[in-house]
Amino acid sequence: MGWIIGGRLKLVSLKEVMEDEIASQEWFLPGNSCCAGCGLEIALRWAIKAIGPKVAMITPASCLNVVIGLWPKTAPNFPQFNMAFAAGAATGTGVDAAFKAKAYRFPGKGWEEMTSLVFAGDGGTTDIGIQGLSGAAERNSNILYVCYDNEAYMNTGIQRSSSTPHGAITTTTPFGKVRYKKNVPRIMEAHEIPYVATASISHPLDIYDKIKKAKSIEGCKYIQIMAPCAPGWGYPSEDTIEIARLAVKTGSWILYEVENGIKTLSKPSKPLLDPSKRTPIIEYLSKQKRFASISEKTLIEIQDVIDHQWEVISAELRCQTDYLK
Amino acid sequence: MIKPEIKDFIQNKETIIIKGNVATAYAAKSARVQVISAYPITPQTTVVEKLSEFADGGQMPGTQYIKVESEHSVMASIIGASMAGTRTFTATSGQGLFYMYEMVHWAAGTRLPIVTAIISRGTAPPWNIWADFSDLISCRDTGWMSSFCATHQEIYDEILMSYKVCEDYDVLLPKFVAYGGFILSHTSKPVIIEDQDKVDAFLPPLPDEKGWPHIWISEKRPIMHGNLIMPSGFYSEFRMKIHVAMLEAKKKIKTVTKEFEKVFGRNYGNGLIQEYKMEGAKVAMLIYGDLALQMEEAVDQVREEGYKVGMVKLRHFRPFPVEDIRDIAKKVKILGVVDRAIAFGSQTGGPISCEVKTALHDTQGTAKVIPMMNGIGGRQVTLEQQKNQLKTLIKFHETGELPKDMIFGTYWDGLLEVD
Repeated sequence: MGWIIGGRLKLVSLKEVMEDEIASQEWFLPGNSCCAGCGLEIALRWAIKAIGPKVAMITPASCLNVVIGLWPKTAPNFPQFNMAFAAGAATGTGVDAAFKAKAYRFPGKGWEEMTSLVFAGDGGTTDIGIQGLSGAAERNSNILYVCYDNEAYMNTGIQRSSSTPHGAITTTTPFGKVRYKKNVPRIMEAHEIPYVATASISHPLDIYDKIKKAKSIEGCKYIQIMAPCAPGWGYPSEDTIEIARLAVKTGSWILYEVENGIKTLSKPSKPLLDPSKRTPIIEYLSKQKRFASISEKTLIEIQDVIDHQWEVISAELRCQTDYLK
Repeated sequence: MIKPEIKDFIQNKETIIIKGNVATAYAAKSARVQVISAYPITPQTTVVEKLSEFADGGQMPGTQYIKVESEHSVMASIIGASMAGTRTFTATSGQGLFYMYEMVHWAAGTRLPIVTAIISRGTAPPWNIWADFSDLISCRDTGWMSSFCATHQEIYDEILMSYKVCEDYDVLLPKFVAYGGFILSHTSKPVIIEDQDKVDAFLPPLPDEKGWPHIWISEKRPIMHGNLIMPSGFYSEFRMKIHVAMLEAKKKIKTVTKEFEKVFGRNYGNGLIQEYKMEGAKVAMLIYGDLALQMEEAVDQVREEGYKVGMVKLRHFRPFPVEDIRDIAKKVKILGVVDRAIAFGSQTGGPISCEVKTALHDTQGTAKVIPMMNGIGGRQVTLEQQKNQLKTLIKFHETGELPKDMIFGTYWDGLLEVD
């Protein structure tokens, strides 16, 4: 097995995946040009296992445009279309509209079962693509939007995006980013779409499960997958899974899902409601060269922000429990 | 004076009196478009309003109408829908077209037969929402075909013809159908809305479930589209093919225009250009868009005064009818070219003037081209002005004298006095 089964999550077992006719197959084929230890590759591989080949994947400008292979060779063994940077969500909406129009015109030919999938990077989602994404969410367009989050513009050479965390060095923040990471899952929650989730490539079965669930829901679905980037973050390529796992264990990347407005912490993150269960953030930061220059003050700030976001989420969960009573 | 053809319109029972923009919406309905995506912009708004009425009111069964949040998303979603093999439609104006400009290129590069109505308006700043073709002209090198309409009926007809041309497997290119903001979009005229069976026979709904021959979505035979391609790959060849397909499309435009005339009885010249009273004319005016309609009147009146003048209505900007322009220029001595868009920094007139001059560059014994400019930003152009434009050409023909106030070789008509 080339992947590690995530933490304590056992919603779907690996055995179940291997016995599934679709999921046991590989759809994102070997021969792609991903870097060694690429987080995106794992995210896409597991997403497609959950969706299957009855899909049209729209890829706005990102690493994914390149790693699928140079023309005429291509790694996805399913329909895939490259798109302009800001156009992901809108193109996905158009593809879904065409599926609906074709289902009307040619009923019973399987157009009803097709999934319109947008697979975009954090730049294409949180920066240039956010207007189109917000529009699709407001319309509740029937798309599955996956953002693989490697926290910078990696394809163009590691420039900062609004998803880059505080303190991280990129080629456009040579002394570390001043501002904090934009919380796009929360922005998507505010759109009151039927499904929002966060995931991490350290927990592939959690990805599988969330994508599978999202696929079955009609309307706009948003999933943001933490996908570390070895050259961009500055760690040995064999550590990708470990780094992604630390992002979860430190509580800096919280795994949860929001289904029809009800927020649920996912199993790997649930215990971290207890602050003592959180791994100190230094263990995560110190393994990455992008955080090499942060001061002690910044380190404390980052830890404070993490603790604060947990306070917010636990308060939110308490309110929700009271409300549901 | 009611022209005889307008009398016919009024007598026809399928005739309704509608705004140009409503004619556009009717054309999309008649063409049985499957996916519409649009964002409102003046003066296009009444198109999207009427289409909402049609689509949401159940008059276009099966049609998906996506009300997106920007023009960039308009073209992106239309591209998505067209890639998946549906007939698509949208409409926009000026700034909206500029905002979708990136995707405009993408549509042509993907070879998608998308038809888009451009209700042309001036470019800001300062804000201007009135007729001016600078928006369409700025899309010259995008790989889109483009045409101008002069009448309400022509809008309806041209959209139907455009689908037939664009969807031809030898063409597979997108197309703009442009007309002047407010002048056609917001005025009402009688328009024949053709019987649906008749339209279906002329322009059948898409027959192939798969979609287009070069792009489709299928799990059984998956394809990718638009992957990165190295300079040594087929990029140059893909671009060359767009160029050749567009030039070859001239033939298709001509046959479709002929077929249209046979089925519906309305004539649009050879499709690329339409001549008006060119018999024996030594002086002629090449003109496009709504101004051509009034110019017909001007030609009539100047002819009544005893001058043999004629007019050529330019119907297509891309592909540009080089052969037809050369033929015209061989027949006349003086050819005025009236532009309603500026080619900044060009010393050979407006955009169409430049094209005409380029087309005639290597020819011998052809007409002298006089670039003219009027109606920028919707500035009114009166019948009297157009008659004077014709007379300016006549005077030049008779005496060799040009107006003294030409600006860098272009005759600007109707300018206010400025310092």
